[in-house]
Amino acid sequence: MSLQLPIFMDYHSTTPVDPRVLEEMVPYFLTKFGNAASRSHKFGWEAEEAVDYARERIARLIGAADGKEIVLTSGATESDNLALKGIAEFYKDKGNHIITTVTEHKAVLDTCKRLEKEGCQVTYLDVGKDGRVDPDDVQKAITAKTILVSVMLANNEIGTVQPLAAIGKITRERGVLLHSDAVQGIGKVEFDVQKMNVDLASLTAHKIYGPKGVGALYVRRSRPRVRLAAQMDGGGHERGMRSGTLAVPLIVGFGKACDILLKERHTESARLLSLRERLRTRIMDRLDEVYINGSMEHRLPGNLNISFNFVEGEGLMMAIKDVAVSSGSACTSSSLEPSYVLRALGVGDELAHSSIRFGLGRFNTEEEVDYVADLVVEKVERLREISPLWEMHKDGIDLKNVQWVAH
Amino acid sequence: MAYSTKVIEHYENPRNVGTLDKADPSVGTGLVGAPACGDVMRLQIKVNELGVIEDAKFKTFGCGSAIASSSLATEWIKGKTIDEAETIKNSQIVEELNLPPVKIHCSVLAEDAIKSAIADYRKKQSQSLDKR
Repeated sequence: MSLQLPIFMDYHSTTPVDPRVLEEMVPYFLTKFGNAASRSHKFGWEAEEAVDYARERIARLIGAADGKEIVLTSGATESDNLALKGIAEFYKDKGNHIITTVTEHKAVLDTCKRLEKEGCQVTYLDVGKDGRVDPDDVQKAITAKTILVSVMLANNEIGTVQPLAAIGKITRERGVLLHSDAVQGIGKVEFDVQKMNVDLASLTAHKIYGPKGVGALYVRRSRPRVRLAAQMDGGGHERGMRSGTLAVPLIVGFGKACDILLKERHTESARLLSLRERLRTRIMDRLDEVYINGSMEHRLPGNLNISFNFVEGEGLMMAIKDVAVSSGSACTSSSLEPSYVLRALGVGDELAHSSIRFGLGRFNTEEEVDYVADLVVEKVERLREISPLWEMHKDGIDLKNVQWVAH
Repeated sequence: MAYSTKVIEHYENPRNVGTLDKADPSVGTGLVGAPACGDVMRLQIKVNELGVIEDAKFKTFGCGSAIASSSLATEWIKGKTIDEAETIKNSQIVEELNLPPVKIHCSVLAEDAIKSAIADYRKKQSQSLDKR
């Protein structure tokens, strides 16, 4: 099989729609186009039935008891907003304290920042060098005012999987709700809202080979029954929690994407892990001064976040321009700050600037992995040849002792 | 963000990559930027007795625009007197390479690297004069 360029290795950012998903969506654009809220005719009933079937499929993937626990949204950012703001508002008489971690997605962190302005208190827990939060820290941070703990399932940059089951045990015992942004981890690592005592979970379709523009918030209906204040007012859709006409074709696709994962997740994860290890060893066996960011043990199977010391991340991405990856380098962000996730691990700014995130997914092949590994090795060697830092390192100069003229 | 063709051209075929002997009194070395900021440029000049830059070399840790800016800088200063080279402004580099606003700091760094190499050369010259 011949190699097609460019190669997509940025599956944490998004994924293509699986053809099987698209196939199931198509009729809901064309002939079955009804509004799921129309109660008076077949078009509406048909759409509602399709939506409820999708809810069941989504619920099954995450171990939820009932499709009614799935509140459909436009995506995980909306789900995170709804969970945090909705809980903070609804339970404001009970307390105003929220606990989260410093490596959460911006959809959680920025929502917390806004809630702080509105009178909430937020504790941002640090993570260890491996990117994991210590459940004991969660335990210690809980006060009489705590209403919610929000910890992601797996990190979008470094792929670190958080100890949610241990955290869920604590939150359940202490009578505090647990929300998890589960976007990156569902269908890739163990996630079961019942077993893990998760009360709210944000999901999105486009990271699991479904369409962009649809997501869900799992909201537990029993033991405990979770209530939240709607953030979108209107026709009272989604049991009053999220008004707005349902995006039926997208929801159908989301359901199908979940169903595929439910059936294929174990074989798919094993395959991704083997591809990831192939990539990792082919790079690390041939290059010195290469560092993995985040835990190797508790990690998404398709994630490799790696720093190539003495080579700047964006410079390297330019050299491998036929491979779509992303970097924690400042140059790739509008803020010119290196990745806050890598900083939180204690990765120095130098190595953060040198980081590349490879995100492997369903349609990557061994040939692609080999091609990319070889290309990366070749280009890192070339860029090191023109890097003054590499030369200084080779000359035995400790870069930490150099007086840099920062600008 | 797409790179300009000129940036890509310099990035793929950087001019004057290399190292000059730091200890040579006719060589000036400028090392600017910081690893923690994501770019470091080392620019070296070899100046003859007429004050003309006979050779220039660079090595850069940084993004494509930083590499291109330093490559262009070495190309421009070769054959110029140090007084002429000193007048090169970062805005000229921005214009030549079509750098977007977010990459202007790369050109600033290149200007600084030229000035820093010249300052080092002058310092060395005055020191060797003192010794005489």
